Amino acid sequence: MAKNNILELKDIYVSFDGEKVLDGLNLSIEDKEFITLLGPSGCGKTTTLRIIAGFLDPDKGDVFFDGEKFNGIPPHKRQVNTIFQRYALFPHLNVYENIAFGMRVKKRPEAEIKQEVTDLLRLVNLEGFEKRRISTLSGGQQQRVAIARAIANRPKVLLLDEPLAALDLKLRKDMQKELRNMQQKLGITFIFVTHDQEEALTMSDRVVVMDKGKIQQVGTPQDIYNEPKNAFVADFIGESNIVDGKMIEDYLVEIDGHNFKCLDAGFEKNEAVDVVIRPEDVDIVKPEDGEICGEVTSIAFLGVHYEIIVDICGFKWMIQTTDAANVGDKVGLIIEPDAIHIMKKSEYSGLYGDYSSYSDEIDQLSNPEETTEEAAHE
Amino acid sequence: MNKKGFGSRIVASPYILWAALFVIVPLIFIAYFAFTDPSGAFTFSNIMQIAKYKKAFGLSILYSVIATIITLLISYPMAYFMTKMKVSSQKMIMVIVMLPMWMNFLIRTYSWITILANKGLINTFLTSIGLHPVKLINTPGAVILGMVYDFIPYMILPIYTVMSKIDNSLLEAASDLGSNGFSRLRKVILPLSFPGVISGITMVFVPCVSTFYISQKLGGNKNLLIGDAIEYLFNSGPDFYNVASALSLVLMVMILICLFVMNYFTDSEEATVL
Repeated sequence: MAKNNILELKDIYVSFDGEKVLDGLNLSIEDKEFITLLGPSGCGKTTTLRIIAGFLDPDKGDVFFDGEKFNGIPPHKRQVNTIFQRYALFPHLNVYENIAFGMRVKKRPEAEIKQEVTDLLRLVNLEGFEKRRISTLSGGQQQRVAIARAIANRPKVLLLDEPLAALDLKLRKDMQKELRNMQQKLGITFIFVTHDQEEALTMSDRVVVMDKGKIQQVGTPQDIYNEPKNAFVADFIGESNIVDGKMIEDYLVEIDGHNFKCLDAGFEKNEAVDVVIRPEDVDIVKPEDGEICGEVTSIAFLGVHYEIIVDICGFKWMIQTTDAANVGDKVGLIIEPDAIHIMKKSEYSGLYGDYSSYSDEIDQLSNPEETTEEAAHE
Repeated sequence: MNKKGFGSRIVASPYILWAALFVIVPLIFIAYFAFTDPSGAFTFSNIMQIAKYKKAFGLSILYSVIATIITLLISYPMAYFMTKMKVSSQKMIMVIVMLPMWMNFLIRTYSWITILANKGLINTFLTSIGLHPVKLINTPGAVILGMVYDFIPYMILPIYTVMSKIDNSLLEAASDLGSNGFSRLRKVILPLSFPGVISGITMVFVPCVSTFYISQKLGGNKNLLIGDAIEYLFNSGPDFYNVASALSLVLMVMILICLFVMNYFTDSEEATVL
């Protein structure tokens, strides 16, 4: 493929105790990009990272680094460094010695080490912390030391294993920006692992969505959000209504007996498909003006907008709108062609994208009687 | 607050009573005997007599230091390799290490006599294959062997415990930063297992330096240690209690000094490196 691929994973299979953890994984990572492996816990993202770091050998498959086969090379000979989930800083060394660890191993001259540590501490905003013990640092400070320690060896690729998971929300947001800036300044490939979809979207050049040891989709954050490949991706990234549809012909899809214009083509005639409609892309109008109609079953005010659950033929849609509505109102919905995204049916079809359990919960909180009535209807 | 203090004092009282009766009171007795003559008059003469036991003191310390070093050299790699094994194997080795401790100390030492004696197991074997018998029993080597054998579990246990608690991600971080196996051992495992080494050394050195039985059974008459001298004096009747107490007191002070030096090492280690 392209020449500037720094890393390539080819047909990687891993299983622990007979359980498949990675199931034929193929991934190319470009030089100097910020790529995020995103997925629920147990999807294989950390395992992928450990294979790249060299802590784990795949049962089958090859890893190429800079075009050369990387299998079997021990971690200490790889030009790859890791920021561990719990930082793994050395408790018996102070901040200075932690950061200097890799350079000491490489036997660089003392004066050079001193200069480098000073520069790195400035980079991560920890000047004057040289002599501090690790146990006296806050989580955010430990995080910064871990970053400085990992990049002190000037790796070509930096692996980050959910490094922000232990930080509080505010600090996490700040660190997201800082990491992104740092990556651009250093020009190092970052491979970032997270289960937080928002984090993945804000930081990455490309996102790799994983589930059950397989890559579900690779693309820019915009691609992943706007053009999800299957119901799993659509549901995992943001909120989405995923409804059954039928492709009447190119650019025309039938949902709940109504034909909608759309921008998708290339499906069989009358092929059953999954249709994704993001909650913010639906307009609420008077019932007589709407393309389809439904009844409002719950409404929540979230500040920026209202979150309304509308029951349409037994399927509950989530709609985010600035227009208020009342529970029990009949409303019409209008969906623009560019708001409709068509996906092929997959193993995930029907599993995600219905907000009935969601609305039930809200109903039960606000008005238990109505819910039982509602349930009887269905 | 007051109530809680009262409650915890009640709970603690049996232990305090125990400590007072069986630790503090005997210590006072030893000090009393050490500084009095048989008639009960104050004297330094008991302490002065210690010079006569120079050799026993010297041998005790020398043998104990050697035995402690040998124990450490065997235990540290063993503990290290144990932590690398499967959990089930680790447990099994632990049981094997502990097993001799379930047997009586005297029997364990006696069994070495049958192995090391002039017509014991080893020499019978040597003569049967046409070699000359070797003098093993009643040598300093036999005493040190006995010490190592009897006290090695006290070295393995603390080192293994500390070592097995070292977070594996620290070792991964070290290799991630470029350390090979040896440098991981030197720069991460060794410093982090240091507290276990210190307590192992203490737990082996202290009983070694005051032991008496091993030296009598395996060392013959030439290798009498300070523990033997104390035992001999106490067995010689009440007139010798005073000198024996003086010896015990001096031994105790020596051990205390050793412990302080050890603690100083661990503390300064933490202060400078951590």
